[in-house]
This record gives sequence, structure tokens and C-alpha cells, in this order.
Amino acid sequence: MSSARRPTARAPRRTTGLPAPLVPLAALALLFLGLPVLGLVVRTPWTTLVDVLTRRESLDALRLSLVCASLATVLCIALGVPLAWVLARGDFPGRGVLRALVTVPLVLPPVVGGVALFTAFGRRGVVGRPLDEWFGITLPFTTTAVVVAEAFVAMPFLVIAVEGALRGADRRYDEAAATLGASRWYTFRRVTLPLVAPGVAAGAVLCWARALGEFGATITFAGNFPGTTRTMPVEVYLTLQRDPPAAVALSLVLLLVSVAVLAGLRDRWLTSAR
Amino acid sequence: MTFPFVVPAAGLDADVRVRRGRFDLDLPLSVAPGEVVALLGPNGAGKSTALRLLAGLLPLDDGRVSLGSIVLEDTKARVRLPPEQRQVGLVFQDYLLFPHLSARENVAFGLRARGADRAGARRRADDWLERVGLADHASRRPRQLSGGQAQRVALARALASGPRLLLLDEPLAALDAGTRLEVRADLRRHLADFEGATVVVTHDALDAFVLADRLVVLEDGQVVQAGTPAEVARHPRTDYVARLVGLNLYRGRADGGTVTLDGGATLSVAHHTSGEVLVAFSPTSVALHRHRPDGSARNCWPARVTELEQHGDVVRVRLSGEIEAAADVTALSVAELGLEQGSEVWAAVKATETSVYPA
Repeated sequence: MSSARRPTARAPRRTTGLPAPLVPLAALALLFLGLPVLGLVVRTPWTTLVDVLTRRESLDALRLSLVCASLATVLCIALGVPLAWVLARGDFPGRGVLRALVTVPLVLPPVVGGVALFTAFGRRGVVGRPLDEWFGITLPFTTTAVVVAEAFVAMPFLVIAVEGALRGADRRYDEAAATLGASRWYTFRRVTLPLVAPGVAAGAVLCWARALGEFGATITFAGNFPGTTRTMPVEVYLTLQRDPPAAVALSLVLLLVSVAVLAGLRDRWLTSAR
Repeated sequence: MTFPFVVPAAGLDADVRVRRGRFDLDLPLSVAPGEVVALLGPNGAGKSTALRLLAGLLPLDDGRVSLGSIVLEDTKARVRLPPEQRQVGLVFQDYLLFPHLSARENVAFGLRARGADRAGARRRADDWLERVGLADHASRRPRQLSGGQAQRVALARALASGPRLLLLDEPLAALDAGTRLEVRADLRRHLADFEGATVVVTHDALDAFVLADRLVVLEDGQVVQAGTPAEVARHPRTDYVARLVGLNLYRGRADGGTVTLDGGATLSVAHHTSGEVLVAFSPTSVALHRHRPDGSARNCWPARVTELEQHGDVVRVRLSGEIEAAADVTALSVAELGLEQGSEVWAAVKATETSVYPA
């Protein structure tokens, strides 16, 4: 809004400066965060880059990563948006507990997540056993397992982003829609969802980035089979053991993807703050 | 469902009660088809709550709302239609146009929600935009519309969905003075065309007087006065209404041609009556003098000027004394009498200028 940008009197210069000990520590933190990334760029074997990236294993891993992260994101949106709606708009006892539960995968070590997925969807798991016995479907060590593992760790990002957007949205628009004769479902599709679309987009990008980088839960639950479950992070890890420069080259690709995502997010957050 | 559907005009019959902590709203309200009733009252009187109750956005604690033969809500019979099934159009104070939809899509929304096909809904939306004079703004987004335009789109959106009852919450409050005049006249025209019952909530007396056939004045959740604008303007029953219509109002006891006010002062009135009464007179009927005026037909009393305020081409003088009153005098009189805050004057009102009616 234009009024918000109206030039205001410049804030008076603070008389108290930064606490002296903080400055070197902050600089150290900056170096700590920046140096590894810089190192990645500096140590990239530019001469063999194209060669490394066009290897069959690299392309397979990249394709698998992109496809699985995208599928996981779709799954997260399909299930996560309704969950976010329930958390934001629902009115029932135990909602706080439910929200805490949703955020568990955020703090859970990914490897533990992978083990947990085994107990649920493994061949002897709570869901996995009937799936196997009745339908002959086994999840672990398949591409589907990659998607499941990625969705498991990434969904909280989407749910939290969308829930925040829903809480921020003016619910009176829903009331206006109701007075115009719109059913709850129609209102959700035509009013609520479009109004929180920026939040859904931001959540989806975060979710996708998290899924793309997923390593621990994936290798635990889906394994490491070239072409079916060996995603980029796993490929990078394995390559590092036998050909470090190639691992740096592969890492650079993931770095570029992350930077692109960050840039996209920044834009989103700047333009759709409301 | 086919469009356009024919909606038989129906009257509103409501008796709504809710309790919010220490606030009680108790509003019996009947509006005939085609009639416009203004709910007038100060902020916090419960006007907007009443509209939300009628629209079904809030549940009644007790009472009944019906439109013609259709019961929208009845706490005794445990009937309660959700807002989307009431066919009640509500124009919100800040319009709440859907920001992601164009003006046309906003107006078409209700039709689409009720199952109209896209082309038919668009056509009818365009018709409505034409009727409110915004045909060439159909593809604009709400943020590209001025306040007056947004108000008209909101009205078109509410009317296009074919409501049987139209509710307007402070329809002109968000507009600046210039736009207000024009939009008020337009709104009056559209309300005249609407065949169903209309309830307009406002705290602005002029809006109420121009738009409504009948006024219901709400204070603290209770109806304090109801009647045609002329009746209310002539015979205000509370200080709030008196202030709105710009009259001095007193409560007292009449005995023939004399009324003893609650404060102890007496006023001579032209109309002889007895019992508890209200006495009203206009600030323009109050004359101010340096010295006690002669003439026996006048009420006169000593007063002190507490406030001077320019109102157009008159100066409103607030007086304290045994009878507190407002007097409208010309700037020339202010100069001639040398009025300023604290000036001692004599105030006078002719008995024939007073209006007396039962309390």
C-alpha cells in the first residue's frame, strides 16, 4: 500500500552501538556459513564438469530426484492442505496435540524417520503387512518408497506454511461467499484456496527443496538402487567415496537448484506478503 | 436450476435475541416486501450483530426469523438454515469483494455458486454491472476500483444472486463526502427497484432518512424508537435521536400549558396536555439576548455559553444553565452579542416553537 511506503522521518541514529563481542562472532558465523559454499564453487572441476554431469548415473540420479521430489510435493499438497485447513479452522479438542504431532518429522532425525516408515509400511509393518498379503504390494526399496520417505519429512513444511496463510486470511471472505449461496466446498475452492495460494506456493517450494535434499530416510527406507532409488544426495555421497571432484561437481548442481529455489521464494515472499 | 429464477417477494418477520456477556440484543423487526427499514444507532448498539443474525452468520440464542412462508431460523423448533441456503444478500461495510476475482467474476460468483453455467452467469453479471453503471469496469480487480465503484460492485454482487432479503451494513460509511452524495442517490434508486425486504444498518441520520421508509433506532441492543423518518425527526424519544435530528429534547411532567422538567425548570408550551411528556424544540428557535427580554409568551432563562462551533452558515452555541440547550445563531449575532466561551446570556424560546408529546 502506498501509505505504508510514505517516506517517514529517518530513525534517529542509535546512540548505543553494537555490543563489541558480537561483531567478531557474527563475522565468524558468516564465514562458517559462506566458506563451504564458496569452497564448493572454487573446487568445482570445471574442465570435467560436463563430463561428470552427463554420466549415465548422474543423469539417472538427477532425473529420479527431480521426479520423486515433485511427486512428493504433489502428495504433500494433496494431503497437507486439507490437514492445514483442519489445524487452522477446525474447532475440536486436542488440536494443539495434533499440531505438535504434525511437526514431529521436522525434528526427527531422518534416519529415525526411515526406521519409523519401516515399522509402518515395511513388509511386516502395521500397514505394510496387509498391503503385502492382500494386494501383493511392497513399498520398501522401490521408487514409491522414495516418494513416501520424502513426503514424510517434507510435509510439515507445507502444512505449517499453509496453516499460517489460512490463519492470516480474512475469514469474512468465506462469510461473504456463504451469503452469496456458495457451499462450503465451493467457497474453499473458489475463495479460501485462491486467497492462500501464495502461502501454498511458498510451502510447496520449501517442501520440494526439503524433498530434493532428503537423504537419511530415503536411504534407510528406500535403499540405494541405481535408477530406482538412488537419488542425487545418495549419488553425491557415494561418489565422494571414490571420486571426490565428481562429488563436488554433482553438489554444485544441487547448490544451483537450492539457490534458484531461494530466489523464487524471496520473490514470492516479497510480492505476496499480504 | 434455471436462470433467471423468479423470486416471489417476501416480507421479513424477525424476533432475534442474543446475549454476549453483559450485552443483550433484543430486536423485533418486520419489513414488508419492497420496504426499506434503517436500523439506526450509535456504535456498539448491536446493529451489525443484528444483520449477522439475519444472514445466519451468527446463531440466535432465542427467537425466530422468517421470510414470507420460509422459516430461516426458529430456536424453539430447532430450525436453522445455514447462510448459503437463506437467499439473503449482505453488502458488507468494507464490501469484501474477492480480491482475486474481477468485478464481473465477483458479481457472477453467487450465480455460479448456485449452479449457473459460466456464460449465463457472465451475461447476467454484465447486465448488473451495466445497471450500476460499471459496464466498462467489468474486468477490473477490486483494488483497481474506487470506493464508490467497489460499493456498487458489492451491491450488484448481492443483488445478482437473487436475494429475497437484502441487508446493507453501513453501505456509505467507507466513502468520502463527495462520493457519498452520489452513491447515496444511486443506492436509493436501486433499493426502490428491489422487490424484497431491505434492512440498512447505519449510524448516519442522513443516510437513514434518505434511504429508508421506516427507522428503527437501536441503543444498547434495545429498540428505543421506531417510525417513519418524519415521525422520528419530529418527535425524538431519546437524547441520541434528538442529537441525530438536531433538536433540544427534555423529559418532564406537563400540567396544562406548563411542563416541569426533570431538572426543576419550567417551560411554557403551546399544546396543553398532562402527564409524563417529552418537549422538543429546534436550536434555531432559541434566541439569545444580552439582557432579559420583555414579552410574556416567551420561555426565558439565564445561561452561560460553554461552546461555540461553526456549522455551515450558522454558529451553534451550547448553553449550560437550568436548561441545557443548543442555539443556532448567525455569525452577526455572535459578533453583536460579543459571545465567547463563558459569556452570560439570556436564552428565549417561544411556546409556539415547542413540540410536546407523551413520553
